[in-house]
Amino acid sequence: MSERTATRTGEFLPRLQLSPDHDLCPGCGEPLVLRLILELIEELGLAERAIGVVGIGCYTALAPLIDLDLIQALHGRAPSLATGAKRMRPEALLFTLQGDGDMVNEGLQEVIHTAARGEAVTCILLNNGVFGETGGHMTATTVLGQRTKNTIEGRSAAQHGHPIQLCEMIAPLGGAAYVARGSVHDAANVSRTRRMLRRAFETQLSGSGFSLVEVLTMCPTGWFVPTAKGPGYLDEVLGAVHRVGELKRDGVLIAR
Amino acid sequence: MRRLMEGSEAIAEAALAAGCRFFAGYPMTPFTELLESFAAKLPALGGACLNAESEIEAIGMAWGAAATGARAATGSTGQGLALMQESLSELTRAELPLVVFNMARGQGDYFQATRGGGHGDYRLIVLAPIDVGEAVALTREAFELAERWRNPVLVMGDYLLAHTQEAVEAHADEIPPPPPRAWAADGTGGGRKRPRHVSSLGTTPGSKGIDPESFWKRIQAKHEAIAAAEPRFEAESVEDAELLVVAFGSLARFARHAVRELRSEGLRVGYFRPITLWPFPSEALARAAAQVRRIAVLEQNAGQMIDDVRLAVLGAAPVLGIGGISTDASGFGIGALLDPEGVRARIQGAVQ
Repeated sequence: MSERTATRTGEFLPRLQLSPDHDLCPGCGEPLVLRLILELIEELGLAERAIGVVGIGCYTALAPLIDLDLIQALHGRAPSLATGAKRMRPEALLFTLQGDGDMVNEGLQEVIHTAARGEAVTCILLNNGVFGETGGHMTATTVLGQRTKNTIEGRSAAQHGHPIQLCEMIAPLGGAAYVARGSVHDAANVSRTRRMLRRAFETQLSGSGFSLVEVLTMCPTGWFVPTAKGPGYLDEVLGAVHRVGELKRDGVLIAR
Repeated sequence: MRRLMEGSEAIAEAALAAGCRFFAGYPMTPFTELLESFAAKLPALGGACLNAESEIEAIGMAWGAAATGARAATGSTGQGLALMQESLSELTRAELPLVVFNMARGQGDYFQATRGGGHGDYRLIVLAPIDVGEAVALTREAFELAERWRNPVLVMGDYLLAHTQEAVEAHADEIPPPPPRAWAADGTGGGRKRPRHVSSLGTTPGSKGIDPESFWKRIQAKHEAIAAAEPRFEAESVEDAELLVVAFGSLARFARHAVRELRSEGLRVGYFRPITLWPFPSEALARAAAQVRRIAVLEQNAGQMIDDVRLAVLGAAPVLGIGGISTDASGFGIGALLDPEGVRARIQGAVQ
């Protein structure tokens, strides 16, 4: 096997990122997703017709870096803001950036109705299975057995209930045209996620309905694992429950 | 041309004439007819009216529409407004012009409107029309004020206003469509290092942290400027009044009628009505009350505006409440207090 020096992607700033500096933890997966989104929007030539709607979570700290028109939402409320914006600017690409606490806990009703309405917006879920910003607490997507600061012995079905698999919930809805779950724990999945985001944006631009891309992201800080073990933990723990792949494409459910 | 219109329809028409092109709401009595009017009329004008999944989504949708620079509105009844409080407070910090209607059940939402249940330091401009004709004028003004100050404006109505038919001017001149706004996130601002971020958090694109001086304290200063510039009121027969009657909204119509009658019979009563509930016209009220022996506050609740009246006159005259909770079994705020003879008797009682 040949060896080569790793490419430091940090040295290649996406054109739509205002600064290389961010305040998120080492090993966090969220900046990777931001990079994918910004690179794609540039590639599709949509910088002057795109509006992002950002929720509240760690990724909110990335918002000031984004060289796109943005609307800051309250926790959980990005899909309704995106709806209102899209209705007034139908030519714009509308995407939300939300975490699992934001989209699946506080704002679950919002994403469900926006999908059912077939709103031509793309909701992007950064799912790391914890409230990272508060320091690692249980969310609706935390898997059984996962240790968090308020499920210290691990999430138990009896005491804390079962995790919600959002894509599986959204995909059957009539208005949902494209639903997929990706991950950024290794290079192959980063590329795959990039293709999913592209299809979601293309779905929106074709006017065929709502699109959702969930991306599993590393949170070694909130998982209490060493930084280098984040990708493996994601694959083995979160990935076993929240399974990566496309669930719906062109309005047709995909058998898995 | 004057047309006979129900309050809800007249308000919706006034909003559309003011250039409103987005509305979202969730049905609730007595707000429902306002939603129906927008739903019937907006699509033909190229606008959108969305049946939101809840009041929380309704204000979220209107927030998103307003953030792109569109003239937008939402509304509900006090109970639904309760669900919107988080957004209302945050919208003041996002500095978005948004018009919000409260077709309330009675007048029990005075505190909600003027103090609010949201977080942090914030103020809403609150307009309380007395009748359908004034509601039409104030709806237009609400959009102007919202844009001038980049702050949400709340229009307070009630069951009576929403459902009373009156002859009103059907077509006002349309306010010109909003010019492209430098701050609006309309989607065209990316890629040139100067994106528009409509945020309630105080952050700025390309830099870190929040500067308290240019964010929280600047907004506080703006609210102080609104408080100085925008109080509105109506007063009658105050110069030599011994008793001053203070009332707002629909109930003030009964008070004004009774005061005029009693005046014509020689009783030295005056009438004062705040049109803006915030900013409360405290200075004007203090002037009107300078020589009175007593102040009677008529409001259809357990006593809310009376606090602002007391703060305005600072003990210069005794202040007594002559209103009260009044509703039939429906709870919609139509009760025995809404009766000219009864109001007249209460005012006469306060003179003694």
